Order: sequence, then structure tokens, then C-alpha cells
Amino acid sequence: MAELIIASVMTMMTAATPLMFAATGELICERSGVLNLGVEGMMLIGAVFGFATAAATGSAPLGLLIAGTSGILASLIFAVLTLSLLSNQVATGLALTIFGTGLSALVGLAYVGETIDRIAAIHLPVLSDLPVVGQLLFGHDPLVYLGFIVLVCVAWFLNRSRWGMILRAVGDSDVSAHAIGYPVVLIRYAAVAFGGLMAGLGGGYLSLVYTPLWAEHMTAGRGWIALALVVFASWRPGRVLFGAILFGGITILQLNAQAAGLGIPASFMSMLPYIATIVVLVLISRDVVRIRLNAPACLGRPFRAER
Amino acid sequence: MLRLEPRSTRSFAAAWLSPVMALVLTAITGGVIFLTMGKDPTTALYIYFVEPLTTTSGLSEVAVKAGPLILIGIGLSFGFRAGIWNIGAEGQYIAGAIAGGGLAVYFYDSESTLLLPAMLVLGTLGGMAWAAVPALLKTRFNANEILVSLMLVYVAELLLVHLVQGPWRNPQGWGFPGTRMFPDVAALPLLFSGKRAHLGTLITLAVPFIAWFILARTRFGFTVRVFGSAPLAARHAGVHSHRMIWQSLLIGGGLAGLAGVIEATGTIGQLMPDISPGYGFTAIIVAFLGRLHPVGVLLAGVAIAVTYIGGEGAQISAGLPKAVTGLFQGIILFYLLAFDLFTRYRFVVSTRIAEH
Repeated sequence: MAELIIASVMTMMTAATPLMFAATGELICERSGVLNLGVEGMMLIGAVFGFATAAATGSAPLGLLIAGTSGILASLIFAVLTLSLLSNQVATGLALTIFGTGLSALVGLAYVGETIDRIAAIHLPVLSDLPVVGQLLFGHDPLVYLGFIVLVCVAWFLNRSRWGMILRAVGDSDVSAHAIGYPVVLIRYAAVAFGGLMAGLGGGYLSLVYTPLWAEHMTAGRGWIALALVVFASWRPGRVLFGAILFGGITILQLNAQAAGLGIPASFMSMLPYIATIVVLVLISRDVVRIRLNAPACLGRPFRAER
Repeated sequence: MLRLEPRSTRSFAAAWLSPVMALVLTAITGGVIFLTMGKDPTTALYIYFVEPLTTTSGLSEVAVKAGPLILIGIGLSFGFRAGIWNIGAEGQYIAGAIAGGGLAVYFYDSESTLLLPAMLVLGTLGGMAWAAVPALLKTRFNANEILVSLMLVYVAELLLVHLVQGPWRNPQGWGFPGTRMFPDVAALPLLFSGKRAHLGTLITLAVPFIAWFILARTRFGFTVRVFGSAPLAARHAGVHSHRMIWQSLLIGGGLAGLAGVIEATGTIGQLMPDISPGYGFTAIIVAFLGRLHPVGVLLAGVAIAVTYIGGEGAQISAGLPKAVTGLFQGIILFYLLAFDLFTRYRFVVSTRIAEH
């Protein structure tokens, strides 16, 4: 029984990690006032280029690096269109997802059915071998820890650092931030690029660690769930962690229930994460005041310096 | 020194030039992509963008593909105009196919001429029901319609898979996922013998003109236009935003559902897991490319359908992967959004820099 619980928690963390990466990136992006609906597309681009690199070089860590880089490059297309050419953010984000789906399908054709050596879980002498806590604390793959570290850094950055305050100011009142003399557009470029990096890493995690293979549209809506997580978290980093683990838990629940054979058709169990997303959105959004208080005031609005 | 200056009114010329430029630049970009893949760009581009239009069977196939894109695109353009982002049309399309197609599954030996009209109605209602969920959750609980409608796409896909593998699976289908073939009375009559274009194609051609009439000549159409361009003014004029959300989602869902059932019964003849090559998502591009205008959507639907058929042709005759089509669709939208800058702004040569 204990073993089953430990195994469940371990897989729950691997299911939570890609969501955590993507949602953390999108959170920074949205706090700067930019709504990027292209998370799903950037994750797919990260996943396919990460996998292609790992397949070609045999190095999964290098693959991860390329996954992050390709995520940044994809996000910059979005940034140029929305921030410099003032296009509609919703439409451009959708375009990025459609583009990412198409590009990843094309690039991935050569890699369908190939396998790679995944990034393995760490093993520390003594520590990882401790009963129960050894596995739970010291037995994950390195990216689970990286996800945590990034989240802590982002929380510190937003709440405690000078540049974090500037980023929030840009997201809450771009005109004032510009009047004080901060480079609004430049800061938003950086925030979008960070979102791209994180989405790329999240996608890379899927194809390099979670299921070390490439399958067309393998993100299966995780980019969109990450977007919902940001709303769920009321734009606060700490709650992203909670939300990601919650969704990781739902994924595992669904897999375990399928394995246990409760007689519920597999398709219905697979609907669970998507339905849970809707339920969570409803529960959070019904409090209109809370959403209005927490959402960045300039979210989705284009900004053009008058002078 | 070039400087951006806002236009006082949106430029009509720029708005309609932008999709043309987007298509041209996508073709050029496509040529470059083909070059890097080691293919002759002129041949490949010809196969993609011209060849489907040169044969009658090609034209018929373009019409079959354009049908759902136009229907869904028209429906979406109402919502997009009003600033309501229904991006789950793919799910509403599947829900329509399930609702309408389900009838043919249960009455598979029917010979009643009522079956087909009943299926079309049920399909439309199925799409509307699927779209009613985000409408209800948006108006009642303030839940984001983008995310809710999108999540329901996955739910609809899984529901379809469950039905065609389980309760609705063809008992004589050797275990393949898919329902029985629909009865003959459920099929939409073919327009030309030997071609796949069917009566649904004609329905599709009528819808843009009905939509144009509604937008241009009715009070409802007027409120949609006002709501999108000046939400505050609309509110003062008594346009209720909740009603607008319901109306635009139901129109979008209904037309997507209709497209779904037409595809299932007219083009395919059964329900199976792959009843859509992503029509619901591609229709978003069609709506934007057509400038959210019914006639524009009609033209854009045909243009995008050509690339679908061209993509299939290129796979057969030039060994080019079909996935290129999806890439093209994303690129078209990028270019379009970039060029749209010129509908709201213009470049002026600034001489005032020196004075400051």
C-alpha cells in the first residue's frame, strides 16, 4: 500500500511538472499585461525540437536546452506581432497555437516511433535510499526540482524585487509606467520570452521525460490547462504550485482508476482533467470581485507609446 | 524617419488588401520551405495552390472541404465581431455530428424521408447545446469562454471515440472503430454523378448570403456590429451583453453542429473517430481571413480549402507531407495579423523629430 502511494505521488509530480513550467511562464507574461494564448503551440514546438535534438545527438539535456530556446523563438513571433505591430493578442495567440501544431507535426514526421534515453531520476547515495522520504524527497527527475526552484524565484522576483514591481506596474498601468520612464514594450518582450522559455521547457519535459517519444499533438491540451491554472491561481505563483499538483493528481487518479478497472469507460476517465479545468474555472471565476482585484488591469490591451 | 500614426477611421482598402498580401507572402514563404526540403518550389506551389482548381473533380473536392469551413467560419464571425471568443467550434462540430448522426445509427434501416431533415435539425441543436455550456458558464459564473469552449473540444472528441468504439460500433465492422453506414435516405443527394459535392454544399453557399442579410439589414446584425466596435455605446443603447453572449455562441455552435452533421452524412456516410481534419480550428483562420464578413468568409473558405486539397495532392504526387498544410495555415494568420497594422495605422515620414 505504502509503495502504491509513493508511486502515485511520484507520477503525480511528473504529471504536474509540465503544467507548472508552462503556467509559471504564462503567469509572468500575464502579469506584464500580455495574454499569450499560444502556450499549447509553444509547448508543442519545444517538445518536437527538444526530441529531435535528443534523437540526433543522443543528449536529452541538450534537447531540453533546445526545447527552451525554440520556445523563446516561437514566443518572439507573438511578441513582434502583438507588441510592435499591435495585433490583437487573442487572435495572435491562437495563430501561434495553430502554427505550433502545424510546425511540430511537420518536423515530428521523421521522429514518429523513435525512442530516446529519457532524463532519468536522480539518485543520491544514502539520501535517496531512505525509506519512504528518500523516494519522495530525493528520487524525482532533475526537472521537478528545477520547476520548484523557478517557481520560488518567480515568487521572490514578483513580490520582493525591484524589477518584479516594475513588471507588475507595467501590467497594471502601462501608461503610468511609461510616463515614469520604464520601457514598457521592452519589459513585455522579456516577459513574453520568459513565457516562451517556460512553455518550451514544459513541452520538452513531455517528450524527454514524461513519455520519451514524439506523438503528434502530444501536449493534449496541457497548454490550455496551464492557461486556466493561471486564472485558478489568481495570478499568484504559490497557487500555481497547488493547482499544478491538483491537476497532476487528477491525471494520476484517472490512470489508476483505469488500471483498477472500475467499469467506467476509459474515454470518460480521460475527460476528467478537461472537465476538472472547467469546474475549477467556474469556482474561481464566479467571484467577480476577486478576479477583478487580482487580474492585471492591462491584460490583453495593446500599448503604443504616444511620444 | 518613419513614424506610425493612427488613422482616424479604419482603412477599408488596407482591410481587404491584407488577406491578399497574406496569401501571397504565404505562397512565397511556402516556396522557401519547399526549397529547404529539396523540392522544386514552382512545381510544389502549383500543386498546392493551382492544381486543385484545374480539374472538375478537384473543384468538387474544394467545394466539399470549403463547406464546413465556411459554415463554421460564418458562425464564428458573429461572435468574433462582438468580442466573444468561441474557439471550441471543433467540439460543437463533433457534438453536431454525434447528435445528428446518432439518429441515423438508431434508425439504420429507416426508409423515411423525414430522417435527413431530422438529422440536420438535431445536428444543429447538438452544436448549440455544446456551445450553450460556455454561454451559461460565462453569463452565470463569469467563466472564460475561450478556455471552457476549448476544454469541451477534448470532451467531445473523447465522447465520439467512446461511442464509435463502444455502444454505437458497427457490429459488422470487424472491430474497426466506426458506426454502421448511414441508410440511403440519410445521405445528402449528390450534385453531379461521380463527384463528392452534395446538397450540403449548396446549403453552405446560401448561408453567407443569409448571414450578410442579417448583419447588414436587421436590428440584430446592427447590435452585433455596434457591440463589437463600441461596447460602451452598445450598453447605453440597451444591448444586453448576456444576450449577446448567448446569441453569438448559439449561432456559432449551431452552424458548427450543422457542418458536423452535413460532413458525417453527406461526405463520410457514418460516424468515425476522424470526422474532422481540424475544421473547427481552421475556421478561425477562415473567419479572420474573410474579415469577419460573410462574403469574405466565403472566399477565404474556398482559399483555405484549396490548400487542403493541394496538400493531399502534394502528398500523392510530390511526396510532400500533408502536415505542411497546417503550417501554412498558421503562417497565413501571422501575415494577416501583421498587415492588419495598416488598417488602423499608417506610416508617415516624420519631420518633426528635429524640432524636439
